[in-house]
Amino acid sequence: MGTDYTAHRLAVIGAGVMGTNISTLALGHGVPVTLVDLDEAVLAQARSTIRQKLRHAQLMGALPDRPQGELTTSTSMADIADATSVVEAVVEIAETKYKVLAEASSVVRPGTTLISNTSCISIDEMAAHVERPEELVGTHFMNPSYMIKMVEVIRGSATSDAVLASVTELLAVLGRESLVINDSTGFVINRLLHPLINTAAMLVQEGVASVEVVDGLLEGCLGHSTGPLRTGDLIGLDNLVDSLNVLYERRGDESCKPCDLLLEKVREGHHGRKTGRGFYDYGKVAS
Amino acid sequence: MTADQTVSPLTADHIQLALGQFLEERVKTTVAMQQDLFKSGLVSSMFAMELVVHLEDEYGIAIVGPDLKLDSFRTIEAMTELVLRLSAVKADNDG
Repeated sequence: MGTDYTAHRLAVIGAGVMGTNISTLALGHGVPVTLVDLDEAVLAQARSTIRQKLRHAQLMGALPDRPQGELTTSTSMADIADATSVVEAVVEIAETKYKVLAEASSVVRPGTTLISNTSCISIDEMAAHVERPEELVGTHFMNPSYMIKMVEVIRGSATSDAVLASVTELLAVLGRESLVINDSTGFVINRLLHPLINTAAMLVQEGVASVEVVDGLLEGCLGHSTGPLRTGDLIGLDNLVDSLNVLYERRGDESCKPCDLLLEKVREGHHGRKTGRGFYDYGKVAS
Repeated sequence: MTADQTVSPLTADHIQLALGQFLEERVKTTVAMQQDLFKSGLVSSMFAMELVVHLEDEYGIAIVGPDLKLDSFRTIEAMTELVLRLSAVKADNDG
């Protein structure tokens, strides 16, 4: 595929926070995107969200001087057939990912890079459900993907050298840097980050410190640019709980068992920035 | 904005006052006219986008192209200049 942005055609499956983030990143770097979701109402919202995110990216000077790519949305998986790379960005629930990846791998041509954007679920576990396991690779984009340069790339035990090279090239076209790790549930970032956020929430739950004080300490003493609870709000507390459950169930790590305060916020629909309220109140949601 | 304010000519004083109140409400502190909102750490990059949407909704302007950059929103003074300029363009086009 190489580093010519006009040679790439990206399909993104799942029009939630990360699907719209990755779509924005690609469109802003001149790469056309076919965005697929089950629900036309979700796609309509996604088109609006992507317009706002493209404006945010431009505002922040995060886009190169290139014409933007064209966005196509669809409820049919058949429309990903012509893509050069496919990114699965559905919810962090293993069975959903298995199903989506199995269907995607049966639709695309051999040689298409199949990417799971996952925050925790092992690539090898998902590779068992695709037609060509050597073509599956993992990425873990941060949020917002168009602002954060680094991407965690996960090589499964079956991932081929060619596919690893291909995903690295795609990320370079999108102006991202990549660091490659070997497969492990939770990878590097979330094996470190998720227990930290869960423990931060537990400290608030126990009345040890307020939300602002916990974040303030991590920011002021350890130099974190965003405290763990504000980071949780940005990730989405519902997605965070899904990922913590994956880590807890698969690794048995007690520090990853979602604490009561997190579960309560999810139950009440306070999912963080995307709903306007999580650990913090964001007022009017702009994007 | 009241009906009276809508028909009044837009002045720098009006915009500065309204923006000062809006920011004070959101960041819970008084913001000086030339204070750099981003450098001082008062607001995040996500909040910058809220400022864009707020100005567009409040003044009926479209902030696009080269105006859509962080420098346009750094200070109350810069935002006031932007609103006055884009409002004048809009009035010319409407007129």
